[in-house]
Amino acid sequence: MNAPERVERPNPIRALGLLSGGLDSTLAARLLMEQGIEVECVNFHTGFCIQSHTGAMRNPKPGAEPARHDALHAAGNLGVKLHLVDIAEDYVRIVTDPKHGYGKNLNPCLDCKIFMVHKAFEMMQTQGFHFLFTGEVLGQRPMSQRRDTFPVIDRESEAGGWLLRPLTALRMPLTEPEKLGWVDRERLMGFSGRNRKPQMALAARMGIRDYPSPAGGCCFLTDENYARKLRDLWAYRGARAYSMEDILLLKAGRHLRPAPHFKLVIGRDEAENYFLSGFVEGRTLIKARDLPGPVTLVEGTPSFEDLTLACRIAARFGKARELPEVTMTLESAGCKESRVVKPLAAHEVLEDWHV
Amino acid sequence: MSEASVDPPVADRMVDARRLLCPMPIIKVDTAMRDMSDGQTLEVRATDPGLVRDLPAWCRVNGHGYLGIRQVGRELTAWVVKGQSGEK
Repeated sequence: MNAPERVERPNPIRALGLLSGGLDSTLAARLLMEQGIEVECVNFHTGFCIQSHTGAMRNPKPGAEPARHDALHAAGNLGVKLHLVDIAEDYVRIVTDPKHGYGKNLNPCLDCKIFMVHKAFEMMQTQGFHFLFTGEVLGQRPMSQRRDTFPVIDRESEAGGWLLRPLTALRMPLTEPEKLGWVDRERLMGFSGRNRKPQMALAARMGIRDYPSPAGGCCFLTDENYARKLRDLWAYRGARAYSMEDILLLKAGRHLRPAPHFKLVIGRDEAENYFLSGFVEGRTLIKARDLPGPVTLVEGTPSFEDLTLACRIAARFGKARELPEVTMTLESAGCKESRVVKPLAAHEVLEDWHV
Repeated sequence: MSEASVDPPVADRMVDARRLLCPMPIIKVDTAMRDMSDGQTLEVRATDPGLVRDLPAWCRVNGHGYLGIRQVGRELTAWVVKGQSGEK
């Protein structure tokens, strides 16, 4: 292990934590801060963060506040600095080829945790932190927070004994900062399992009230509908690859694939229409002329006839669906054309087309 | 100041984060601020409504000044000052 050789007690002792903004990582940070340890946190952006994205793309519900970034607000409440780090490009290989496989959907939880801890370990070494911590609790998550997976995370991230899990430490072997006396083990916790009452009691003791409910997943890859759309993309491209635009577009609109070589993404409200209209490059954008209706993007290699079908489908989802014919405009690579089409009847939109 | 009030500040630099989703607008701001000097003003253009809550929080956490935000249609324009923490 590439461990820093420090045995004297540094002053201050600086710890870097992985902060999701959920209760566990917040409590872990507070436990260390209560010992006088100087804490900073990091939050990684993978491109799959569920929270806020759907909200940011749809019309707001009346009276609803915009979604907020949980880690940022948790850091604000803790009074610690937060490093927001974009790892989306590097993260592609974790999603497309996870060494430890997927969970129920396309969630590579163990590879993801190893990758994030490794990134944090690099930051620890380059930015003068003395150890790392996470809010992990033994037995809390079926795929990554287990007695047999913690040593794998420690080893494969290369963080080894420099990763402390304050909430579950009493059930784990001693880590380096505990051995060196930098952290008082007596003041750490031995939580385990899925029962969250001990965490809630600790939060109450610490006066922490403003925390998100434990939804059990803030990642699109754990979402069944999203995973299905990503699998569809891979299947019809013939490769397990994706771009940043791909993963954004999978979050918006309804997706229909009338044939293997092309797909439609149809906006469901004004906000999605606006969002989709920013992605015309490399695609064909279809709208009804002079009539209200969705923005539709066509992806793939559609023929002339395929685009006519796409226009008929798009017309079906607009206000013009009952008219005998509608003029649709098509925009692609800077060229515009119009086609007059008959909107598809409801029964002509095949169930199989929905991705 | 918070919502539209007086004239918009004169910015030293501008970041276009329109159509980007949280937290990418903040990450773009963070990256741009690294090359700026303390006291310089950055203008941020974005469309993710989360910016209204996240940008002031980010400024508070990282010790920058938050000057305020304006909304016209879907577009938000906000201003931050590097390294000038505290409520403005």
